[in-house]
Amino acid sequence: MEFFLTPASLFLFGGLFLFGAFGALLLSRLVPDGGKIAGTFAHVLGFLGSLAALTTAFAVLVSGQAIAFSLPGTLPFVEFAFRFDALAAYFVILVSLVGMAASIYGIGYQKHFFGGHSLGWFGFLYNIFLLSLVFIPLANQAFFFLFLWEIMSLSSYFLVVFERKEESVQAGFLYFLMTHLGTAFVMLALLLAYGATGSFAFDDWRVASANITPLLQSLIFLFALIGFGTKAGIIPLHIWLPEAHPAAPSHVSALMSGVMVKTALFMLVRFFFDFFPGARMEWGLAFMLLGSLSALLGILYALAERDIKRLLAYSTVENVGIMLMGFGAALVFFGLGAESFALFALAAMLYHMLNHAIFKSLLFLGAGAVVEATGTRNLNAYGGLLKFLPLSGFFFLIGSLAISAFPPLNGFASEWLTFQSLFVGIASPSLLVKATFIITIVSLVMTSGLAAATFVKAFGTSFLGRARTVRTELPHEADQLMLLAMGFLALLTLVLGVGATFMIAALIGMIASIGLTDPLSLRFPFSEFIAAREQFANVLPLETIGMLLLVIFAVAGGAVYFATRKRGIVYGRTWDCGTPLSPRTQISSTGFSRSLVTIFQGILRPTRQTSIEYQDGKMRYFIKYQGIKMGLGDPYRSGIYGPAHNVLLFFARQARRIQSGNVNAYALYMFVTLILLLVWTLYS
Amino acid sequence: MIFFFLLQLVAIPVLSPLAVGIIRKIKAHMQGRVGASVLQPYYDLWKLFHKDEVISEDATWIFRFAPYLIFAVSVAVGIAVPMVTAVPAAFPGIERLSFLALSDFLVVIYLFALMTFFLALLGIETGSGFGGFGAAREMMVAALAEGGLLFSLLVASVIAQSGNLMGIVVNLQMMPLETLFPLLIAFVGFAIALLAENSRFPVDNPATHLELTMIHEAMILEHSGKRLALLEWAAANKLLIFIALGANIFFPWGVALQADALPGLALALVVFAAKAAVLLAGIAVIESTMAKFRIFRVPDLLFTSLVLGIIALSISITF
Repeated sequence: MEFFLTPASLFLFGGLFLFGAFGALLLSRLVPDGGKIAGTFAHVLGFLGSLAALTTAFAVLVSGQAIAFSLPGTLPFVEFAFRFDALAAYFVILVSLVGMAASIYGIGYQKHFFGGHSLGWFGFLYNIFLLSLVFIPLANQAFFFLFLWEIMSLSSYFLVVFERKEESVQAGFLYFLMTHLGTAFVMLALLLAYGATGSFAFDDWRVASANITPLLQSLIFLFALIGFGTKAGIIPLHIWLPEAHPAAPSHVSALMSGVMVKTALFMLVRFFFDFFPGARMEWGLAFMLLGSLSALLGILYALAERDIKRLLAYSTVENVGIMLMGFGAALVFFGLGAESFALFALAAMLYHMLNHAIFKSLLFLGAGAVVEATGTRNLNAYGGLLKFLPLSGFFFLIGSLAISAFPPLNGFASEWLTFQSLFVGIASPSLLVKATFIITIVSLVMTSGLAAATFVKAFGTSFLGRARTVRTELPHEADQLMLLAMGFLALLTLVLGVGATFMIAALIGMIASIGLTDPLSLRFPFSEFIAAREQFANVLPLETIGMLLLVIFAVAGGAVYFATRKRGIVYGRTWDCGTPLSPRTQISSTGFSRSLVTIFQGILRPTRQTSIEYQDGKMRYFIKYQGIKMGLGDPYRSGIYGPAHNVLLFFARQARRIQSGNVNAYALYMFVTLILLLVWTLYS
Repeated sequence: MIFFFLLQLVAIPVLSPLAVGIIRKIKAHMQGRVGASVLQPYYDLWKLFHKDEVISEDATWIFRFAPYLIFAVSVAVGIAVPMVTAVPAAFPGIERLSFLALSDFLVVIYLFALMTFFLALLGIETGSGFGGFGAAREMMVAALAEGGLLFSLLVASVIAQSGNLMGIVVNLQMMPLETLFPLLIAFVGFAIALLAENSRFPVDNPATHLELTMIHEAMILEHSGKRLALLEWAAANKLLIFIALGANIFFPWGVALQADALPGLALALVVFAAKAAVLLAGIAVIESTMAKFRIFRVPDLLFTSLVLGIIALSISITF
C-alpha cells in the first residue's frame, strides 16, 4: 500500500500504458498473425494499467494524502507537474473502471479486425488514449495539461477514423475541427489565467485567484465554458458528438462517451471550484439553463434516432445536461453562501458522472455486441435478438434500467440526489433563482420520462418481437470476454445503486477534503424547508428499498407461482387477426418514437420525403416502388454553423485580394511592415 | 411495527379489485344498467388464476417474468402510501431501517415508471401490431404525465417540508388551513395524471378491446391465465394507490396519527372509505360523461396538468 502513495506508482501505470502502446506497435511488426498477439497484448496492458491506476486512486482516497511532485525538465513553459488529490483520484477511479471493462471487452471484440486492420496501430492509440485520460486529472501545470489534452484529442481522432469507412472519416473530420475549436478556447482561458496570475502552475492559480479582477475571471470562465463545453457536448456545441462517438470501435465509443466527455466536466469543476472559487451566482444559473437545454434536447434527439450507437451518443448529451444541472446548482448555492447545499449539488453531479460512465459504457458494449452479431446499427433492422444474445440482451436491459433511473440501480441514486438539490433551490429567496430552479426541475422530469421511452424503444425494438429483416445467418452471442466485461459493469450499476448511502457520504467527505466547500458552515438563507431533509445522505437507503423489492417479489411472486403451478402453458402464435404475421407487422423503431416526435415537432422539426416510382409512367396505376424518408431538421447547422461558415468564407475571400501571387507585391508588403514597425518603435 | 407492515402489505391488493368493481357499478348505473356485482373483479381474478394460458412463440423470458415483477412492484408501492394511518412517520430515526424508505415520493414515482417500463416491453414482446402501438402510446403518455405527477406531489412536499409521503400527511394535518390552498390546484393536476397513468378516460378506455385506440389493453392483449390476472390485479393496485394518494396527500384530514388507538383507526378507515368513494365516483362520472380525447389532444391535457402543478408550486413558495 505504501508503494501506491509514492510517485513511483504513477510511473507504474503510466509505464504499463506506454509499454502496451509501443509493445503493440512492435509486436505487430514482428509477429505476422494478423494482429492477434499485438491486439491482445495491447488490451491486456491497458487492463493492467487501469488496474494499477485504480489501486493508486483508492490508496490516495483511503489515506487522504495527495501525491504531488514534478519532474525535472528544461523545456520552456512546460513543467511536468503532477498532483494526485482526492478529486483526481475519484476521476481516475471512473476512468480506470471503464478502462478495465473496455480492455477486457476489447480482447474479444478485436476479432473482426484480424488481418484487415493494423491492430498494432490500434493498440498503440488505445493505450495512449487511456494514458491521456488517466493523466489529465493529474496534470498540475497549464502547458502540461494542454499537452495531454491534445494527445487525448488526437488519439481519439485516430481511433474514430480507425475503420477507414467513408462515414467514420467524415465524422472524424468534424470531430477534428470541433475539438480544435474547443482547444483554442481552452488555450485562451489558460493564457488569460496566466496573464492574470503570472504563472502556468495550477498551484499558483489557486493562491492568486483572490486577486483576479471580476472581468478577467468572467472571461476565463466564458472561454473555459466554450472550450470544455465543446468536449462535453453541451448543446449547441454538440454536433460532433453523435457523429464521432458511434464511428469508433464500440469499446472506444464506451470510453469516449463514458469517460472522455467527463474530462471536460472535471476541468470545469477544477476551474469553477478549485482554481478560481467564488464565481458569481449567475454562472450557476447559466449552467443550469444550459444543462436543462442539453438534457431535454439531447433526449429528444436520442428518442428520434434509429441508429443504436447514435441514440446512445445523444443520450450522453442528455446526461451531460443532467450533470450540468447539479454543477450549476452547486455554483448557485455557493454564490448564495449556502455551502452545505453546494456540497450536495456537487456530490450529485460527481455521482452522476461516475454512474453515467458505468451504464453508458455498459450500453455501448452491449450495442457493440449487437452490431457485431447483426452487422448493422439500424434499430429498424433488429428485433427478436434476445433469443440469440440472451446474456448481452440481459446486460443491455440492466443498462437501460439504470439509465432510465429505476430504483435500486445507480442512475436513480444520482438522479434522486440531483432532484433533491434542485428542490432545495426553489426555497431560495430570489425570484430569478426560484424560476431557474423550477425550469430545471421541469426539464429534468421531462427528460427522465422521455429517457424511459427512449430505452423502451432501444431495448424493445432490438431485443424483443420477431426479427425485422430476413437474415441468411443467425446472429450469435458475444464472446465470453465481452460478456465478462458487460457483466462487470452491470454488477457495478447495482453496487453503486444499493451503495448510495455510502457513496453520497463518501462523496461529500471527499469534496470537503480537498477544500472545495466547508460542510460545517450551515449558514444558508433558506427557511426550515430542509429541516426534514437535513440528513440528506440518510434519506435514500436504496439497499433497503432493493431488499424490500426483492423480498416482496419473492413472496408475492412465489405465492402466485406456487398456487398456480398446476396450470398448463400452451405455446402458440401471436394473435394475427387472420392474416399471417410478417416481420413488418410489428412497430418499428421509427414508428415507436413518431408520436412523441410529432408532439415535439416545434423543436424537432421532423422532415418527411415521399418518393413513388410507377410501372406505367404515364397512367400511374401500378406502383413499382414507394419510399418514405423521415428525418429531423438540423437547426444547428443551418442556424449557427452554416452562417459562421459563410462569415469565415467572406473574410477568407477578402484576404485573398492581397494574395496576388506577385513576388514584387510581397516584397512591398515586407517593406511596408518594416517601415511601420520602425515607426512604432520610434514612438513607443 | 410488523403488524402494520403486514396490514399495509395486504390492504392494497385485497381492496383494489373492489375499487375497480365500484367504478364499474357506478358507470353501469349511469348508463341505465344494473351492472355486475362490485365483487365481479374478484371473480374474474379467481377465474383467470384457474385457467391455463397461451404464450406466444415469439415471447422471451421477459414475457413470463415481467408480470410477476409488475405485480410485486405494485404491492411494494402499496406499502409506501398512507391509507388509514401515517403513523410510522412518528417514530424518528427508523427511516433507514424500515419500509418507510419506500415512501419517498420520488421513489414512488419512479417505481410507477418501472411498472410502465416493463408493461411497454410486454407490449413489444410478442411482435403484434397492437402491442407495439400500445407500448409506444403508453410511453408517450407516461413520459408526459410524469411531470404533472411529480409537480403535484412536490407542492405537497414543499408545503409539508418533507419528502416522505407519510411525513407529508402528518405535517399537513398540522398546517393552518389557508396554507393548503395551493394543494387544491395541485390536486387538479394530480387528478389528470391519475387518469392518464391509470389508462382512464379521456386518455384511454379501460373497457375496450376492439378499438385501435386502446393503450393499456393493447399491451396486455397477448396475456392470458394467471399472467393476465397478475397484470389486471397490478393495474387495480395502481388505481387504488393513486386514489389513496389523492385522498390522503391532498385531503390529509382523517388519517390516523396513532396506530394503537383502535377507535381512531376505525374512524380513519371510515373517513378513508368515504374519500375514496368520492374519488371513485368522480372517475366514474368523468368516464360516463366525457368522450375519449383524440390521441394528439392528450398531450395538451398532460401539459395542463404540469402547468397546474407549476402554478400551485409558485403560489406555495411565495407565501
